[in-house]
Amino acid sequence: MEYILQPWPWYVSGPCIAVVMFLLLYFGRTFGMSSNLRTMCAIGGAGKRVAFFNFDWKSQKWNLIVVLGAIFGGFIAHYVLSNPINMDLSEATVTDLTALGFNDVGKNLLPPELFSWDAVFSIKGLSILIIGGFLVGFGTRYAGGCTSGHAITGLSSLQLPSLIAVIGFFFGGLIMIHLIFPILF
Amino acid sequence: MGKYLKFFIVGIFFGIVLVKSEAVSWYRIFEMFKFQSFHMYGIIGTAVVTGIILLRLSKTRQVKTTEGSALRVPLKERGFTRYIVGGTIFGLGWALCGACPGPMYILIGTAAFSILIVIAAALLGTFVYGLLKDKLPH
Repeated sequence: MEYILQPWPWYVSGPCIAVVMFLLLYFGRTFGMSSNLRTMCAIGGAGKRVAFFNFDWKSQKWNLIVVLGAIFGGFIAHYVLSNPINMDLSEATVTDLTALGFNDVGKNLLPPELFSWDAVFSIKGLSILIIGGFLVGFGTRYAGGCTSGHAITGLSSLQLPSLIAVIGFFFGGLIMIHLIFPILF
Repeated sequence: MGKYLKFFIVGIFFGIVLVKSEAVSWYRIFEMFKFQSFHMYGIIGTAVVTGIILLRLSKTRQVKTTEGSALRVPLKERGFTRYIVGGTIFGLGWALCGACPGPMYILIGTAAFSILIVIAAALLGTFVYGLLKDKLPH
């Protein structure tokens, strides 16, 4: 039990994610979390105005059920299967984030400087969450997939488009962290 | 409900793995893009290697899906622009809010409710893509 309560090492977690991908393929579906965003737009009636959302979203119900399960799984992992969070981040990360003005680095899953209600109700905090989310939603549909669809499924099946997309993911991420973060924080 | 139960269970497992591996953490994403830890590279790397092996095995053993058809991964369309530009835009957002779509949902379960703002913005981003789709280079 103690092993489960501790954070799981990468060599356990990675193969588990591959099993998730494989099970969904085995069930005749595919592993793609961002597709649910399109489905939710369709459910909200976006198909009446934009053809891209005019599809039979009911055929995607299974994927929404995966999302519901994932939310519940997050709940179980956080409240039942975890010791108090004290992440074993690298020294360098803690030093860098402290220099950027972040406190208590790694004591929560998310930094209170960005995700606490105090932060959310500041112009800067709210802008960061909205712009970040918007770029993820726009970029993932433009690229035709996210980490699950391209990085895990696409690379596992040795597809060149997914490799290009993953290079893009990292290119964008590196620009954000190395060039834009020093301006933002 | 019966036919959806297996998807719910896979989802639960996915959510548990991503929280227990800390892949849902904003800090881990920052650390990854700073190249300061092997952790996230280890997760993605072993996931891909395991995935390659599982897909190879299922091919040589001609595994059938539960629906009776051959198990295969849908192929992405050929192209370059959409993948590199879309991917870069995604990466900018991923690093900024520290969450890709899977973790966004999972974080709701950890009571990090401010993530709902990120999800709402991601829905808007998806909608705007749909709106502009035909005008964008792919």
